Amino acid sequence: MAILQVNDLQAAYRKNRVLDHVSFEVKQGTLTGIVGPNGAGKSTLLKVMLELHPRLAGHVQFFGTQLSKVKTRIGYVPQRGSVDWDFPTNALDVVMMGLYGRIGWLKLPKRCHKDQALAALDQMGMADYANRQISQLSGGQQQRVFLARALVQNADLYFMDEPLAGVDAATETAIMATLKELKGAGKTVMVVHHDLQTVEEYFDHVLLLNRTVVAHGSTESTFTKDNVYRAYGGTLRFLKEA
Amino acid sequence: MNMLLSPNTQWVLLSTLILGMAAGMIGCLAYWKRQSLMSDALSHAALPGVVIAFALYGSKNLLVMIVGAAVSALLGAFFISWIRSSSRIKEDTAMGMILSVFFGLGIMLLTIVNRTGGGNQSGLDGFIFGQAASMVRKDVYTMLILGLIVMVVVWIAFKEWKLFLFDADFAQGLGLSSRWMNGIYTFVLVLVIVIGIQAVGVILMSALLIIPSVSARYWSSSFKQMIILSALFGGAAGVIGTMVSAIGNGWPTGPFIVAASSCLFFTSMLFGSEKGLVVKAVQLRIQRKEAAKGWTQQTTAMKEVQP
Repeated sequence: MAILQVNDLQAAYRKNRVLDHVSFEVKQGTLTGIVGPNGAGKSTLLKVMLELHPRLAGHVQFFGTQLSKVKTRIGYVPQRGSVDWDFPTNALDVVMMGLYGRIGWLKLPKRCHKDQALAALDQMGMADYANRQISQLSGGQQQRVFLARALVQNADLYFMDEPLAGVDAATETAIMATLKELKGAGKTVMVVHHDLQTVEEYFDHVLLLNRTVVAHGSTESTFTKDNVYRAYGGTLRFLKEA
Repeated sequence: MNMLLSPNTQWVLLSTLILGMAAGMIGCLAYWKRQSLMSDALSHAALPGVVIAFALYGSKNLLVMIVGAAVSALLGAFFISWIRSSSRIKEDTAMGMILSVFFGLGIMLLTIVNRTGGGNQSGLDGFIFGQAASMVRKDVYTMLILGLIVMVVVWIAFKEWKLFLFDADFAQGLGLSSRWMNGIYTFVLVLVIVIGIQAVGVILMSALLIIPSVSARYWSSSFKQMIILSALFGGAAGVIGTMVSAIGNGWPTGPFIVAASSCLFFTSMLFGSEKGLVVKAVQLRIQRKEAAKGWTQQTTAMKEVQP
């Protein structure tokens, strides 16, 4: 059974239609890269699916039901630039936010929650930075904190918006190792990705998006030169020769 | 000095203390919502409501005027968001428009009410720059109760506010409705503005929201610290300003409260532990000395590479 079903989704920003008749299904335990040119609607797709941006038409089903019933099973990693890192708090505190759903609203976190958050930071190689102000973290460290926050959620389905944007090679490797671990544990992950060079190496499934789904399926059969050209238009010149 | 000891003055001091604390806390929320200017627009927008409520009710009753101010300010908030979402006009422009239009309307109505009997003795003018000394015991009770409500709303949902202000999208993903949080935020913001306009006045009310929170930012490394410090700064500014203005006869309270909070701000900007100017200069000096000794720090990546 498909873990995520998207049917005929449509969305717009002001007068511009950004998503048009987007339909696809995602199976459990897959690691999907969402790939497409700037303005193709990749981030919007995540936001519309998670009801952070209004949709015009179509419907989305998670685990065969609607979003509001399975919120705790879904983890979302927004773009790093979407928050203000000058906010006065430390890395551990941000990771704890991933547990707020489980702690319960208007309740205080307990010792066990703190331990879980510390373990997640440790998993991302950030244990030494738990008490560091987030404004003093580098871009890669901030992204690791975001990943750790998603990990403590212990969700079954993850959506990540460009977790590899602007991070160094070491962080990229660490993040990809974590994503593969998630996949190994039977979790499903969808990642907005920008680097065409690494798609084949990182993802087992690809969703090529440009306002609508250009192609979707296993990386082998879908990430072909033809499909990529169709998604990016004729402007693409830098694709690695297959 | 005798005046400061009179029971009435003490009640007034207590109410400006609570007002300052509540405004300081709400100011932190506004600061991280990047809506400091919004509080200014809303307090100006409250004036026509105050005057209309007075004209309709016939005499000065704080609760009635608070309701009028709240309706007027919320109307202003509605217009600002409506202009922003339905036209190409940006939020700061919309706020500038609503602020001046509502305030102009308020002054116009005030002039008319003052000319046509009754208004003259009402002391409605006090709502422009604030006249804490004119508050009677009943007004103080009203302010205390509403101020405490505001503080409780911020305190019990502290963890939720932090999440919502830092990352509203993620909060929504966890099931914390942005619509609800925005609604509650607007409600407490308007509440603190309307209870403050008698003591501080519509023109300067926003200073009590903005200045304590930016001052607190210079000392805090956590959101909790920032809220607590901002409340302390706001409360102190309220009390000091009221005390100084009580020395003169009929001196407005608002300007003195603003002067007091400005002093706190300059001190914070210079000596604040988080990016205060003096601390930054000292840190730079230390770094320069360290630099002379050689490189010692390592990035995460360097640590991972090491065996």
